[in-house]
Amino acid sequence: MATQTQETQDVQAHGDGHGHHERLQHHFLSLDQQFGSAKLGMWLFLVTELLLFSGMFVAFAVYLQWYPEAFAVGAEALDWRMGLANTIVLLASSLTVALSIHFIQKGNTKAMITSLSATLGLAVVFLVIKYFEYTDKFANGIFPGEAFNPTGSYAFLDVPNAVQYFSIYYVMTGIHAVHVIVGMGLFAWLIYRALRNHFSPEWYTPVELGGLYWHFVDLIWIFLFPLLYLI
Amino acid sequence: MSSATATHDGGSASAAGSSEAPNYLNHQKTIRSWLLTLDHKRIGVLYAVTLATVFLIAGLLAIAVRLELFMPGETIMSNDAYNQTFTMHGIMMVFLFIVPSIPAILGNFVLPMQLGAKDVAFPRLNLASWYVYMIGGALVVTALLVGSVDTGWTFYTPYSSSGSMSVLYMTLAIFIAGFSSIFTGINFIVTIHKMRAPGLTWNRLPLFVWGLYATSIVMVLATPVIGITMILLFLERLLQIGIFDPALGGDPILFQHFFWFYSHPAVYIMILPAFGIISELMTAFSRQRIFGYKAIALSSVAIALLGFLVWGHHMFVSGQSAISGIVFSLITYLIGIPSGIKIFNWVATMYKGSVWLQTPMLYALSFLFLFTIGGLTGIMVGVLAVDVHLHDTYYVVGHFHYVMMGGTVIALLGGMHYWWPKITGKMYNETLGKIGAILIFIGFNATFFPQLILGARGMPRRYATYVEEFTFLHQVSTISSLVLAAGLFLVLGYMVHSLFWGEKATSNPWGAATLEWTMATSPPDPHNFTRTPIVTRGPYDFHLADEVFGPRHVGDGAGDGATSEPALPRETEST
Repeated sequence: MATQTQETQDVQAHGDGHGHHERLQHHFLSLDQQFGSAKLGMWLFLVTELLLFSGMFVAFAVYLQWYPEAFAVGAEALDWRMGLANTIVLLASSLTVALSIHFIQKGNTKAMITSLSATLGLAVVFLVIKYFEYTDKFANGIFPGEAFNPTGSYAFLDVPNAVQYFSIYYVMTGIHAVHVIVGMGLFAWLIYRALRNHFSPEWYTPVELGGLYWHFVDLIWIFLFPLLYLI
Repeated sequence: MSSATATHDGGSASAAGSSEAPNYLNHQKTIRSWLLTLDHKRIGVLYAVTLATVFLIAGLLAIAVRLELFMPGETIMSNDAYNQTFTMHGIMMVFLFIVPSIPAILGNFVLPMQLGAKDVAFPRLNLASWYVYMIGGALVVTALLVGSVDTGWTFYTPYSSSGSMSVLYMTLAIFIAGFSSIFTGINFIVTIHKMRAPGLTWNRLPLFVWGLYATSIVMVLATPVIGITMILLFLERLLQIGIFDPALGGDPILFQHFFWFYSHPAVYIMILPAFGIISELMTAFSRQRIFGYKAIALSSVAIALLGFLVWGHHMFVSGQSAISGIVFSLITYLIGIPSGIKIFNWVATMYKGSVWLQTPMLYALSFLFLFTIGGLTGIMVGVLAVDVHLHDTYYVVGHFHYVMMGGTVIALLGGMHYWWPKITGKMYNETLGKIGAILIFIGFNATFFPQLILGARGMPRRYATYVEEFTFLHQVSTISSLVLAAGLFLVLGYMVHSLFWGEKATSNPWGAATLEWTMATSPPDPHNFTRTPIVTRGPYDFHLADEVFGPRHVGDGAGDGATSEPALPRETEST
């Protein structure tokens, strides 16, 4: 892994084995500086993420203004109970990920692994619920774009511009789901590293950054849920 | 200037004999050590080679465009081929060359050194940015090979969302290449905040750092918007999702808003680092402290922020409301204020300085001239009524080439000459350098000034042919573009020549006072500095720079810039 190479190089660069923390990269002076840099970098990355989603929010606002009737009909077709369930699931996962940071700060690796696993599990639950929502729509011909052809219990969606609503719905929730999947990969990797005892109260940067990322994914959903399901 | 020792050693690698300390170029020699390097200097060099290649290809496409326009009617290519050629020229130059150019090459190399740091904050992310860029570049080449993109670099819908499928590759390429920009921006902001040497306060940052800081803000805030725009355009073309295509109930103007919300600030991604370079050159070659340090530093940040509020001036004739046209036009005028502040400060820096007309300074002076024309023509097209006449004409083409090429590329060339001794450890041929700078200046003006006149007289952009009466000016432009190309090839020639046969550079051939010159050898140590710099003065306090000019009152060497090798105490690293 790249991490390992980097560490090997650092050891070679210093080669003197004096009192550095093993996680301190050669171009930083202290763990504090390294941690602060990583956190600032992550916040900046989240700013870019926010702007990525903001484009979609703007598109949503424009078409809500243009086609209010179609959007009202579209929102009716979404099951708010499923959306609410997913909101609760994600809020709970934010709690567990925050707990994992709390536990590693206290040096309790075992509890951290448990809460990271719980977060991973909740992310899976979120995607399963999302899967049922999507397949139900697909089964009734509700696709993004030109394939949009509502049938069965969703035949009432056959109104002009309902397709815009569902295009935006699929793009926004789809890109959000991609972020959830990335988050799952992240948690699997964190659990793997935690099992190998890579984290300590002095150094747990990846856990902190993973937590920040997950809170952001959660926050985006907090906005998506009322906009798409409730309005 | 320096004691030339190795002049015929036939290669830069062998220049470092066993008697010299290893530098970043020769401490590891394998291809693998280059491709997996985490050293910001080597990544800068990787970018330099890559971007020079892109510039060459996109430049040859520009020559093809000019040759087609040598005569009215079909000259060397069909209309379809012409449309694809200018599209590829635009896409490669904008997204693959100018946007990354100065930050990725010189920013990567110089920024950590000017901060007195060993590296950027995230070296692996830095290397990743290069690989991501290469993937984006490969996709652009794929799009070129598998199909025909003829949308222009702006991808306006509905044409782009209903035409050739190779638009898919192109949108994906730009989405991916955007990450390269984002990674660089994040890295620079964090590096500037967290990695400054002891004593290097914000008021002691070199102005190139301030320029890169403002650039990085724009990169971080604007690039994600082009990302989502490209995703939506991709889906529009693939699935017809009806967001941008009016036939499906979408809004093509929304695409233009999205596109310019990125692409106008992107103009400042291109020009702000150029401002930084010019500030360095002006002060170093005038042997003067910079005039109005804070004004220059903060005007960069002001431009970065104002730049987000003017995108609508690209859409005066696109159907946005009259009131938004007026507001966008007014804010556009405001950008002239911080830009003017810079120009006046640079001129004031030269006043009563002792101007040293070396090649980098010639480029800096070209920049002043060309950017002023670029900026003023920009204000003219920012005027609502005038723009209705000039929109989509060669006037606009001339204007943005004055800013992009006359501004950014000229500054990049100046910066490359200025830092060349530091990057390669070799001096280029000064006489050829001056000839090249003058050729480029003349060729550039004679290429693009006729385009301003053509545009004012009604020549539309993106047309493969034109009416008889425009022939003369088009021919002047085409012939001059060959002069410009000859100048650029001359630069390439003597730069490559200097790698092998150039005089060895001293650590500070220009007598500059920023850390990369005063504290590091040429080329630098793999860790940049052999001891951690402690900063006690501003970057342009030449009167305090004893380490450059020797102790005061001794009287030799001070002020003429041609200093002897300063003593660089080498201590074993103690931290």
